[in-house]
Amino acid sequence: MNSAVTVEWKAICSVDDVLPGTGVGVRLPKGQAALFRTRDGKFYALDNMDPFSHANVLSRGLLGSLGDKRVVASPLYKQHFDLETGQCIEDDSVKLTVYPVRVQGDVIELATPA
Amino acid sequence: MAKQQLLLIGHGMVGQRYLESLVVQGGREIFDITVLCAEPLPAYDRVGLTSYFSGKTADDLSLVPEGFFEEHGITLKLNTKVDAIDRAGKTVTTNTGETLPYDKVVLATGSYPFVPPIPGNDRDNCFVYRTIDDLDAMIAASKTGKVGTVVGGGLLGLEAAKALHDLGLETHVVEFAPRLMAVQVDDFGGGLLKDKIQELGVTVHTSTGTQDIVDGENCTHRMNFGEDKYLETDVIVFSAGIRPQDELGRACELAIGERGGIVVNNHCVTSDEDIYAIGEVALWEGRIFGLVAPGYQMAEVAAEHLMGKAEQQFAGADMSTKLKLMGVDVASIGDAHGNTPGCRSTVFMDQTAGVYKKAVISECGKKLLGAVLVGDAADYGNLLQLCLNEMDLPGDPSALVAPMSDGAPLLGADALPDTAQICSCNNVSKGDLCAAIDGGAQTVGDLKACTKASATCGGCSALVKQVLDSELEKRGVEVNNHICEHFPYSRQEIYHLVRVGQITTFDELLEKHGSGDGCDICMPTVANVLASCWNDWVLNKPHAGLQDTNDYFLGNMQRDGTYSIVPRVAGGEITPDKLIVLGEVAKQYDLYTKITGGQRVDLFGARVEQLPEIWKILVDAGFETGHAYGKSLRTVKSCVGSTWCRYGVKDSVGTAIQVEDRYKGLRSPHKIKMAVSGCTRECAEAQSKDVGVIATEKGWNLYVCGNGGMRPRHADLFASDLTDEQLIKTIDRFLMFYIKTADRLQRTSVWLENLEGGLDYLKDVILNDSLGMGDELEAQMQHVIETYQCEWKSTIEDPEAVKRFNHFINETAEADDNLAYVRERGQRRPAYEHERIELVEEA
Ligand code: SRM
Ligand SMILES: Cc1cc2nc3c(=O)[nH]c(=O)nc-3n(C[C@H](O)[C@H](O)[C@H](O)COP(=O)(O)OP(=O)(O)OC[C@H]3O[C@@H](n4cnc5c(N)ncnc54)[C@H](O)[C@@H]3O)c2cc1C
Ligand code: SF4
Ligand code: FES
Repeated sequence: MNSAVTVEWKAICSVDDVLPGTGVGVRLPKGQAALFRTRDGKFYALDNMDPFSHANVLSRGLLGSLGDKRVVASPLYKQHFDLETGQCIEDDSVKLTVYPVRVQGDVIELATPA
Repeated sequence: MAKQQLLLIGHGMVGQRYLESLVVQGGREIFDITVLCAEPLPAYDRVGLTSYFSGKTADDLSLVPEGFFEEHGITLKLNTKVDAIDRAGKTVTTNTGETLPYDKVVLATGSYPFVPPIPGNDRDNCFVYRTIDDLDAMIAASKTGKVGTVVGGGLLGLEAAKALHDLGLETHVVEFAPRLMAVQVDDFGGGLLKDKIQELGVTVHTSTGTQDIVDGENCTHRMNFGEDKYLETDVIVFSAGIRPQDELGRACELAIGERGGIVVNNHCVTSDEDIYAIGEVALWEGRIFGLVAPGYQMAEVAAEHLMGKAEQQFAGADMSTKLKLMGVDVASIGDAHGNTPGCRSTVFMDQTAGVYKKAVISECGKKLLGAVLVGDAADYGNLLQLCLNEMDLPGDPSALVAPMSDGAPLLGADALPDTAQICSCNNVSKGDLCAAIDGGAQTVGDLKACTKASATCGGCSALVKQVLDSELEKRGVEVNNHICEHFPYSRQEIYHLVRVGQITTFDELLEKHGSGDGCDICMPTVANVLASCWNDWVLNKPHAGLQDTNDYFLGNMQRDGTYSIVPRVAGGEITPDKLIVLGEVAKQYDLYTKITGGQRVDLFGARVEQLPEIWKILVDAGFETGHAYGKSLRTVKSCVGSTWCRYGVKDSVGTAIQVEDRYKGLRSPHKIKMAVSGCTRECAEAQSKDVGVIATEKGWNLYVCGNGGMRPRHADLFASDLTDEQLIKTIDRFLMFYIKTADRLQRTSVWLENLEGGLDYLKDVILNDSLGMGDELEAQMQHVIETYQCEWKSTIEDPEAVKRFNHFINETAEADDNLAYVRERGQRRPAYEHERIELVEEA
């Protein structure tokens, strides 16, 4: 039996609202996400809560790359998280939720579990 | 075939090493292993016990890798003391009422502190120094007591005394023998050591025996020494030697030494072939080894023997030691007392400097047999190697102890044979280090991780570093100073590329000289260099994404994700009206308010979206950003100087304000702090700053490269009797030269220490303009000064920039709903995790 997970796409903001190379916080129906735009124009979204400090700050982390992974560094204690998978680079046991992102025309949409 | 039962009794340092060794050799295939541990915690670093007082936690000290017991299917029973071994029935019984069968037993019960049989030794607040529980009890007792006394002036006693002293007690050491560390050092060394210890603020009573301990008048106890001599004290720590914890062995009639200890052979087998003993409980050839390194060797030997390998044998161990107290250098090597027949000593003693060194030389004059070092133990590693490897002395034996004229080491790491044991705690030879370096290790950290060298007592770390450096050099490895994987350049080279290539953005630099995307190391570094050179507004679009959060939001992020606000208060001078504005703003936004260590006011707890509106109020009232977040000038501290002070010879406040206004906003490799004092009483503490200025009758004295913080350094006198104009010119050049040549996050203190040619070279460049770049440096500084803008003013005037301060992009009016506060002493602070859980439950 197939159980498809239904997701709901939600419009967040326009593309120009997010400066390349930075992130912004997103209010979700439950909790918060961090939405990032890399300098080459790709969008990613992860949990906003930093699991090491329990503060909602990941949207304010620095973006960059480590090897072939694209990462965000927590602004508090500097752990890195893989933007594609949410995996923490320094601690195997920590993984953040990844929210799918798509751009519809000028609008950025984020998928949350319905 | 069913597995055999192996019981390890005692889970201390040596016990844990035994388990690790057994696991590596596949012991789990043959044995079911159960560990019985009397303490409430699994094995921890007893050698590092004293660091518990300076902030290390029980977790930090743990020696057990996470998941070790689960992964290897080993059973660990904590709080379980073995009461008896039944050798005939082959079982042991425990204080928890269990009886466990065994095929093999390993005794690793260590030793216990000997408490001299003094009447009153069992009174309250009398302790020993062996376990984390002991330390917790000492900490509790020190809260109410004022005076602490250690009975015993040996290695451990002195460590305990340092701990009592650090706990804030007036501290005494009472030693029966006529000198301290009687086992390791000789009379001269002992005398000098006593002086050194007393300098630390600990009173030493040698040749003093305690007759009894009774109620005191001013303190809890009175220790009577006879002849009406006594000492009043609240806390007593006995550290009068250790005794092997051999009671289990005695009770089941294993062979025991005359003065205790369970007798073992070269494989650590006791008189019962199914029972091994290792570590401090084991007696080998009539000797007990009270150090961890021999215990580790026994662990390896015993584990191999159990697995049927008999090549390795225990063959005794070196008992050289180095005291690991901060501030007192003491070491003893080999035959320190010169007991070898025919040996001769060469001694160096300098009472004014507090240095004593003795080398014991063989009859033939060619070998080093032992040594004592007090006051300067820098040569410990070298001398130990000469002694252990029985190497021929490089020259005149007296050179071993004489102060070095040219500063050249006695013996390079190069001269050591591959078999030389570099780290005795973990039995790591030079060959092992070389193999690790061949395998890719490039730093001391790498070597520590893969060989454990320097991971225990740390006594070998200088030598490990020497071996590393010389081996890397031999392999032609240039020690890599690239700032990160994206730029094959040092910070200094990047600065040069930016300056000379007139590069103004990160993308341009990356395209021309780098690769990949950049990261949280290179982006802020480059942003900082761009600012040092061109001084563009840091939130200009091409730079914004490069800034670390503190620079991006122009405030320091606090532990709950909110920010602090620190307006500039140049020189610490502030009008009452401005002070009132700060108070009003703090009140309006309920900000926690504190006077900082830098003579200004810090307002904490502003949410990110509140920052622009708060700063608008402050900027309107005439405040500027204080750059508390930037790698840039922080504060110029002043004393009141001639403005009011009866001793002030110059206007220190005025000069501090002038200097602070001149260099504010200057981005640099690390933060810069300055101070100006109005006379040599030095109330502004200028000699602890990167740049310190002190007024004299004849002009200004300039000090540079001081540091407080993690590794304090006194500033060096750089130039004397300067006029106002000379002072500014010299500081301009000094700062720009630092910005041009320092590494990332290198304060001026560390920079100077690494600068080839040191202070003299720096003076030459700045004062004598030996590189002919004085004008250029001054011009570069002038550019930065002329282009200064208050970053907060520019930000609140730019609506697009203000938008970036919203916590949510989609619900811009909303604030982070995860913040929780507790009121304390009349102000608000972020809830700690445990309070937050309660707050959330209540809500
Ligand atoms: C607020 C203050 C403590 C206080 O309540 O008094 C403070 C607070 C912080 N200090 Fe400090 N330091 C403060 C004075 C000092 C001083 C004393 C002084 O300047 O006279 C020192 C020692 C002097 C020195 O630096 O040589 C000091 C040595 C440090 C260090 C260690 C630097 C070193 O070279 O070892 C750090 C860590 C670092 O910079 O890497 C640090 C880092 C920090 C940070 C930025 C930690 C952080 O990354 O979050 C703290 C946050 C400040 C904030 O949120 O506003 N702070 N810090 C002081 C602010 C002074 C000011 O008005 O700007
Ligand atoms: C403060 C301090 C500083 C030191 N500094 C140094 C140093 O700088 N260099 C150095 O080489 N050495 C140093 N030492 C010595 C070093 O710690 C010991 O050599 C080492 O810990 C010995 O290990 P062990 O496993 O034999 O004994 P321990 O580590 O003492 O472990 C024995 C364990 O067995 C348990 N046990 C005892 N009896 C039973 C029983 N019947 N049933 C179950 N469990 C039992 C004990 O509770 C204990 O946990 C220092 C020691 C102290 C206390
Ligand atoms: S010493 Fe400085 S860095 Fe450490 S807690 Fe205090 S303010 Fe923070
Ligand atoms: S000698 Fe103790 S850690 Fe190396």
